[in-house]
Amino acid sequence: MLRSTLVAVVTLTLYLLDSVEDELELSAVRHRPEGLEQLEAQTRFSRKELQILYRGFKNECPSGVVNEDTFKEIYSQFFPQGDASTYAHFLFNAFDTDHNGSVSFEDFVMGLSILLRGTVQEKLNWAFNLYDINKDGYITKEEMLDIIKSIYDMMGKCTYPILKEETPRQHVEIFFQKMDKNRDGVVTIDEFIDCCQNDENIMRSMQLFENVI
Amino acid sequence: MAAGVAAWLPFARAAAIGWMPVANLPMPVAPTNKNKHQDELIILNVSGRRFQTWRNTLDRYPDTLLGSSEKEFFFNEETREYFFDRDPDVFRSILNFYRTGKLHYPRYECISAYDEELAFFGIIPEIISDCCYEEYKDRKRENTERLMDDLEDNKDSKLPNMTFRETMWRAFENPHTSTMALVFYYVTGFFIAISVITNVVETVPCGSTPNQRDIPCGERYTEAFFCMDTACVMIFTVEYLMRLFAAPSRYRFMRSVMSIIDVVAILPYYIGLVMTNNEDVSGAFVTLRVFRVFRIFKFSRHSQGLRILGYTLKSCASELGFLLFSLTMAIIIFATVMFYAEKGSSSSKFTSIPASFWYTIVTMTTLGYGDMVPKTIAGKIFGSICSLSGVLVIALPVPVIVSNFSRIYHQNQRADKRRAQKVQKARLARMRISKSGSSTAFLHSKRNGLNQSLELTGSLEEDQQMKKTTSLLESQHHHLLHCLEKTTNHEFVDERLYEQGYLQTALQNFPSRSPSLSSEEGITGTCCSRRTKKNMQPLSATHTHSHTHNLQELSALHIQCGEQQPLNTSRSSLNLMSDESGSLNCKSSGLVTTAIISIPTPPSNNSRASPDAPPPPNPDAPPLPNPGTDVVKISAL
Repeated sequence: MLRSTLVAVVTLTLYLLDSVEDELELSAVRHRPEGLEQLEAQTRFSRKELQILYRGFKNECPSGVVNEDTFKEIYSQFFPQGDASTYAHFLFNAFDTDHNGSVSFEDFVMGLSILLRGTVQEKLNWAFNLYDINKDGYITKEEMLDIIKSIYDMMGKCTYPILKEETPRQHVEIFFQKMDKNRDGVVTIDEFIDCCQNDENIMRSMQLFENVI
Repeated sequence: MAAGVAAWLPFARAAAIGWMPVANLPMPVAPTNKNKHQDELIILNVSGRRFQTWRNTLDRYPDTLLGSSEKEFFFNEETREYFFDRDPDVFRSILNFYRTGKLHYPRYECISAYDEELAFFGIIPEIISDCCYEEYKDRKRENTERLMDDLEDNKDSKLPNMTFRETMWRAFENPHTSTMALVFYYVTGFFIAISVITNVVETVPCGSTPNQRDIPCGERYTEAFFCMDTACVMIFTVEYLMRLFAAPSRYRFMRSVMSIIDVVAILPYYIGLVMTNNEDVSGAFVTLRVFRVFRIFKFSRHSQGLRILGYTLKSCASELGFLLFSLTMAIIIFATVMFYAEKGSSSSKFTSIPASFWYTIVTMTTLGYGDMVPKTIAGKIFGSICSLSGVLVIALPVPVIVSNFSRIYHQNQRADKRRAQKVQKARLARMRISKSGSSTAFLHSKRNGLNQSLELTGSLEEDQQMKKTTSLLESQHHHLLHCLEKTTNHEFVDERLYEQGYLQTALQNFPSRSPSLSSEEGITGTCCSRRTKKNMQPLSATHTHSHTHNLQELSALHIQCGEQQPLNTSRSSLNLMSDESGSLNCKSSGLVTTAIISIPTPPSNNSRASPDAPPPPNPDAPPLPNPGTDVVKISAL
């Protein structure tokens, strides 16, 4: 009789452990976004557009969240000639606003809302946030160099003219010459926004992707 | 994770806003989405079963039937649906391909029916995802083999107008084709047996003469045995010569294993005839007779199992080698140990380490003749360890060999392994082509100057003209790549142009084109002119003979650009990008070769005036597996 109770206790604990594990697994794997109305209120997309976006999102990521590796893989497929993983890493950090290592549908759609339907101010804000890797409010030359190098990486090796070692650095120099008005070696958000608003090319290209959805 | 990343293109384009503040050049105009209708459901009626899906889902793969305008031919006006009179079960897999990006092969389907459906809907079978691809290829191979067997059977029964030589060869290879062949087959078999038995009986001592010792039959009935031997050798020689005459490729026949065995079997006799009864060479002559035993190997023509055994041993060479190696190691170790252990004892048989080899081998194979036994205690201990380990060392590789044999015997995979490897290579090649199709498609459209019209200052009519040839998704993707080019102020080029540019900058000491151009007005001008300058450079190259080899490389190239791409081995890489350009690439590569040819043939250069018409674009033969032939054609300029 003692033995049977022992056996029963053991099986019960095993079952409990199992079910606890399953629960943990379940909660880690699936993520459901907020309701359609809330998202409609928070973003500038219409209901139909949100539906289309979610269908595409869920198709690629059935679990409801994108982690960084998947993100890199998806983004790299658009740039077959080069290596898009570094830039995808920066992009991921820009989208992952709560920095929990995964981009949920809300993060995704809020980012897209700014990029596609936001004001120029918001877009420039977003771009600044992208360049500011450590999110301290200043873009240093090193951060800019990392970003620009990652953009050049996406070009790959076979370019014309040949990509040289100092090309990204020169590009950074030009950028800082343009943006860094007080020559203190960093670019603040105000300098950035000011300078971009005065540049016609940049203003025009910001409007480029208005009709993407 | 599902793999149709077309849905993420809007995201990638939106993220391109991150490049804008960094770019120094104006961006190209985005392709407009003219028919911006709401995404609608379309109904596909396949033999009565209705499937519904979004139109966008089907548009992901524009080079298939469902993704292109070809499906309009099947549109039924009254019911407002697309009707296909095909198998609905197989259609499930095909529609799932559009939905998930992965094509699966259901096991219960007949392979030829499945192939037909794929061909109808314009999907290449190489896209079948890894989980189902092995199964598909196995079934396909079985099917083709069966068809070939059927074909051969049919072939055997007819063919009245074969030459005498071909008839003979067929008779030799397949004894069942005619009665003469069968008779020949049995006669040779009989004589092989006779010859072998004769060799054996020759050495048996038969009866004693008044001399003391028994003499073997061979020496007693010398003439009888000599006649028998002569007869057999006659037959074998005639047979060998007839085979040699009938063989379609004599050189290959002479190199084959069976013919070598034949030759080795009959040579000793002839050598013996030639040699006199010289005492010195008779010893050598006797050893030559050993080779007569090779006649038994001639039986392998008569026995399929023997051939398979031989093949197994050949294919298990690595396991056999391992067995041999481990045995040798163990033998050396134990022989050394035994030698030193037995060194002390008197009158020990273990006189040297090589002498101990014999003991070790006999013990490890658990034979134990007993002619050499250890006498010291240490020797006995090590001897017992030796015999125990011998069992292990021999028992381990042997089951591997045995299982190999049974596997090969039952599956008969001889040529299939070789064929499978070739197919795998071809498959990877085709995947690489379609993957590189995305980048080459972009380069191709660039080269045809299409993107030039996408400048911000460009005109819209050219836009519309261009749209006909590329799908909207493709043009959007190209626009994205074009924006990246503008951001970095560098252009995508293919491998050869890149190398040529590299060589030129090295050789001509060109001032390095510093990309740090200021954002002045003249930028677009220099970009465009630089593009045309790029076309001119090969011209200047022809005038300097040192660069002619560059030129030929330039003309010989483009197909191989695909190889240089970093090969993304994940299945998800075969998304719409590569896929939509899959068959497009065949066409485009054909087009591209013509485009490339036109660059280096300047009208001024008479010697290179292109009487060689650009090689006909071969859209069905993937260029990658035959780069050699294409290269030869082009560089004949």
